[in-house]
Amino acid sequence: MEEIKKLKTQALSEINSASDLRQLEQIRVDYLGKKGRLTEKLKILGKLPTEERPKAGQIINDVKTKIQDAIELRKKTFEDKKLEDIIEKGHIDVSLPGRGIERAGLHPITLITQRIESLFQQIGFEIVDGPEVEDEYHNFEALNIPKYHPARAMHDTFYFEDGRLLRTHTSSVQIRVMQNDSPPFRFIAPGRVYRCDSDMTHTPMFHQVEGLVVDELVTFSELKGLLINFLEIFFEKELKTRFRPSYFPFTEPSAEVDIEGKHGWLEILGCGMVHPNVLKNVGIDPEKYTGLAFGMGVERLAMLYYGVDDLRLFFDNDLQFLNQFQ
Amino acid sequence: MKFSEKWLREIVNPSVNTEGLLNQLTMSGLEVDGTTKAYVDFDGLFVAEVKTVKKHPNADKLHICDVDCGEKDYLTIICGAPNVMPGMRTILAKVGAQLPDKPKLKSVKLKGIESHGMLCSASEIGFGENSDGIIELSKDEPVGKSLKDILDIDDNIVEVSLTPNRGDCLSIYGIAREVATANKIDTKNFKIESTEITTKKTRAVKILAKSECPRYLCRIIENIDNSVKSPLWLSEKLRCSGLRSVNVVVDVVNFVMLELGQPLHAFDNDRLNGGIEIRFPTKGEKLKLLDETEVKINPGTLLIADESGPLAMAGLMGGFDSAVTNKTDNILLESAFFKPEAILGQARQYGLNTDSSHRFERGVDPEIQGIAMERATQLILEICGGQVGPIAEKKNKKTVPKNQEILLRKSQINRILGVDLNEKFIDDVFVKLGMVCKRTGDNWVITPPSYRFDINIEADLIEELARIYGYDSIPSQVPTAELVIKSNQNNQLKVNKLREILINRDYQEVITYSFVDPNIHRLLNKDDVSLSLINPIAPELSEMRTSLLPGLILSLQRNVKRQRERVRFFEVGLVFSGNKMIKQDCHIGGIIYGNIYEKQWDKKDLSSDFYDIKCDVEVLLSGIVEDDRVKLVKGDNEALHPGQRTDIYIDDIKTGYFGQLHPNICSNLEFVKNVFVFDFNIESLVGKKAIKYKKISKFPTIRRDISIVVDSTIKFEAVLESIKKDAPDLLVDLELFDLYRGEGIEKGQKSLALGLTFQSICNTLKDEDVDNNMHIVIKGLSDRLNARLRE
Repeated sequence: MEEIKKLKTQALSEINSASDLRQLEQIRVDYLGKKGRLTEKLKILGKLPTEERPKAGQIINDVKTKIQDAIELRKKTFEDKKLEDIIEKGHIDVSLPGRGIERAGLHPITLITQRIESLFQQIGFEIVDGPEVEDEYHNFEALNIPKYHPARAMHDTFYFEDGRLLRTHTSSVQIRVMQNDSPPFRFIAPGRVYRCDSDMTHTPMFHQVEGLVVDELVTFSELKGLLINFLEIFFEKELKTRFRPSYFPFTEPSAEVDIEGKHGWLEILGCGMVHPNVLKNVGIDPEKYTGLAFGMGVERLAMLYYGVDDLRLFFDNDLQFLNQFQ
Repeated sequence: MKFSEKWLREIVNPSVNTEGLLNQLTMSGLEVDGTTKAYVDFDGLFVAEVKTVKKHPNADKLHICDVDCGEKDYLTIICGAPNVMPGMRTILAKVGAQLPDKPKLKSVKLKGIESHGMLCSASEIGFGENSDGIIELSKDEPVGKSLKDILDIDDNIVEVSLTPNRGDCLSIYGIAREVATANKIDTKNFKIESTEITTKKTRAVKILAKSECPRYLCRIIENIDNSVKSPLWLSEKLRCSGLRSVNVVVDVVNFVMLELGQPLHAFDNDRLNGGIEIRFPTKGEKLKLLDETEVKINPGTLLIADESGPLAMAGLMGGFDSAVTNKTDNILLESAFFKPEAILGQARQYGLNTDSSHRFERGVDPEIQGIAMERATQLILEICGGQVGPIAEKKNKKTVPKNQEILLRKSQINRILGVDLNEKFIDDVFVKLGMVCKRTGDNWVITPPSYRFDINIEADLIEELARIYGYDSIPSQVPTAELVIKSNQNNQLKVNKLREILINRDYQEVITYSFVDPNIHRLLNKDDVSLSLINPIAPELSEMRTSLLPGLILSLQRNVKRQRERVRFFEVGLVFSGNKMIKQDCHIGGIIYGNIYEKQWDKKDLSSDFYDIKCDVEVLLSGIVEDDRVKLVKGDNEALHPGQRTDIYIDDIKTGYFGQLHPNICSNLEFVKNVFVFDFNIESLVGKKAIKYKKISKFPTIRRDISIVVDSTIKFEAVLESIKKDAPDLLVDLELFDLYRGEGIEKGQKSLALGLTFQSICNTLKDEDVDNNMHIVIKGLSDRLNARLRE
């Protein structure tokens, strides 16, 4: 049995000094393999007296387990080391920029339009559109603006040779939608509009969102409620708003809505109750239905929302500007 | 409408401060656009009379003047103004005077002679722009009086931006009526008695255009002295309203227009011949206008004429030849009512917008002509003297507008406004607004006053009630409606999906003008028919775009000029084709320039090319239509490189194109790198059908890679077609993983490396099955395309 003890000490020392997995495997084969030195000892077990066998077997098995454990432990050390090495080698500069294609952004006017759309869609407004090259009827006459009406001077209109024109407001979409369907109506019409005007605060093309509700019990009071609700959600804060009398040929009563800014009141949108003549023009009985309508300039809202101070930036399309709206 | 606050307060003076007053105006619908101080602060200015004027011995342009300013001794003042004359009254700044934006005035020696003050021009004391000479005052201004005692230097100039329906507020009285209503007080009573008639002279009036000119009044005033200067109170009120002082008669005419809203006109009576006619022009009639331009009179323009011909365009502008000057002795004063319809649009035809046409277009009170005539007569008499003739009046009762009775139902007030108004309040408002108001049960019958052209229907009355009640006092209430889910198959969703795809592929959205430079249209597509504006804002913004390319190219150009080396843009918007039957279709278009990626630290810089934009277009298309509805064929757009262009067909209809911008165009636009573009119509794309699931196979796949060599001219498309024809069912994937030309491959040949993946839906494939398939595929390639396997 002394021999087994010696064998054990020798094996453990060899295991501890093994320098890699291959050597370790060799040691395993040397001691525990089919012809291993410890296995050999087991074979001679049968030669011992019967009463000594259990004890000797026990001792040999204990040694075997010890050696196995030592090998496993040593193996684990090697594996840990290997993993550590992999990890060590894998250290990189994680602060280097990410790779691949980046993501660009939408135009701020689109972003604001989408924001308006989503707010009104929440309360069941449809989104409609219409042509930009319009005729006098849809842009003016049906909206209660006869030829030579002084109100036309409010719209510096672009004309084509055949008398058609570029729509001066998205209100023309009102007429097209109402002509083709029957009440109740609840929609907004975003889009490009054009006026023959260009200076610091005007571009010949800009964007509007027109809104219309026509139903049996629509009131001015609801117009106020709807727009105050919209503006507060749009600007994400409580606002001081005021409605003041104004004039649009297609609404009566008409109002301008102002919000209070840092330097006084800011005109933000126009609105009113749909003029009975407009309803009649599209075959809706004003004795049965009333309507509310509103229109807002998207550039103006965008300038306030983002703090942009120069309208012309929107159409300059400088990447330095556009990149800010990711 | 611009006016002096003090003037308004002379007529109605509520006990609110300036800010409160302005707020009242804005909240009653007369939006205050701005206010400025009427005077820049000054001090030490006095009315003075120039007694003697001598030439300065040492300076050609200077004069030595003795000036009386009400003190014991005359002051010696050196003056360089060309208009200084003995006997004239002007404004003297004494030593110590404070002029706007200047240090205190000291006595100074000018070329050796001491000046004890300064005679002032209008611009020097902040009375306008005029700096041509010293200001000349009326002889009625008292010598020695401080200017501060004559003028209220705390006055403000108020500018009100009036909506076109409120022609009745284009006068100080009109504004005063609104202020009175808002404060529940009255305006100063304005009573004008008839002037005593002191000459019998008159002119006959004949109205031929009876319905356009329902009323015409005129009178002669003889022997006036129009060489005198308008008094300060008059010229200053005009100045505050933005009008220049011309001569007394013209100033009075303008003043009455500002005061009462009635445009008047004065003719030099000595230049007239016979009776006055109001008529339409005969063919070819011309008129020399006040600004000395001669115009051909349009058939629709109403004329004031005498026996010799046209004198004035009614309600627009007078003629040069009969204009009143400061030498005029006798005048014919006109006060007329022209119908808005007769004046509407006329001024614009001549490029004019006069104070008179502005008012007549919006509607002048048809009952005020007599009052305005008397008011002007009295002021002229007061300032210029003269003898007054009788008023010659022609009136057509039938055509003078009469406001109709309007029925207002109580129920309608709540129906429109959503609030119940007190009946007493309603009665009061209508009375205050000058309306005749009768109650019948729950309703009112209202007749608006003659000056309110804007009140015609029930809704107009309801607006008046809301306006006076205060829009802010009407409670707000969120709308209620039925909750109905509607189909969301709208265009917007489709377009937003495409936008999302593109920004994820690093395309920045731009928005460009829909009108473009015709030159770029010609450059891109010589034969395109495009729609031109007749009144563009600039020649380079005059044609409606026929594709999205012009705007994208322009945006690219701008950014390249700003040192951008890599640009990727897209735009969504309508494009316009044809010029008679205009088609307005929504397109999406993009442009790429420079490297595929932004410069990166471990990637080689690869320039974008045709295949990059092709992939983008394919991804876009797959976002909205099924692959099998799309066909990409060799393109023919002449704006693109003939060897790198593709047309897009959807459901066999040509909808767009992509490719490289033609090198010729590229160099024309001075781009140093290749430019790739796409543009296609998304107007009629109905979107994808609902997706139907296909069963997936559980069995393993077998892949075979081959490398074939074919002639360089063979298109990949042909290889693909051949393979698909020969291996129809089991081939589930086909991959081109290499394309090679060069060493080892004969010139004029190319090698394609292909990976074919086979899989069955019902069993595990055997190698033999796949081998058979491969054999057929290779034979097909060889037979059809003369392809051989690469060793």
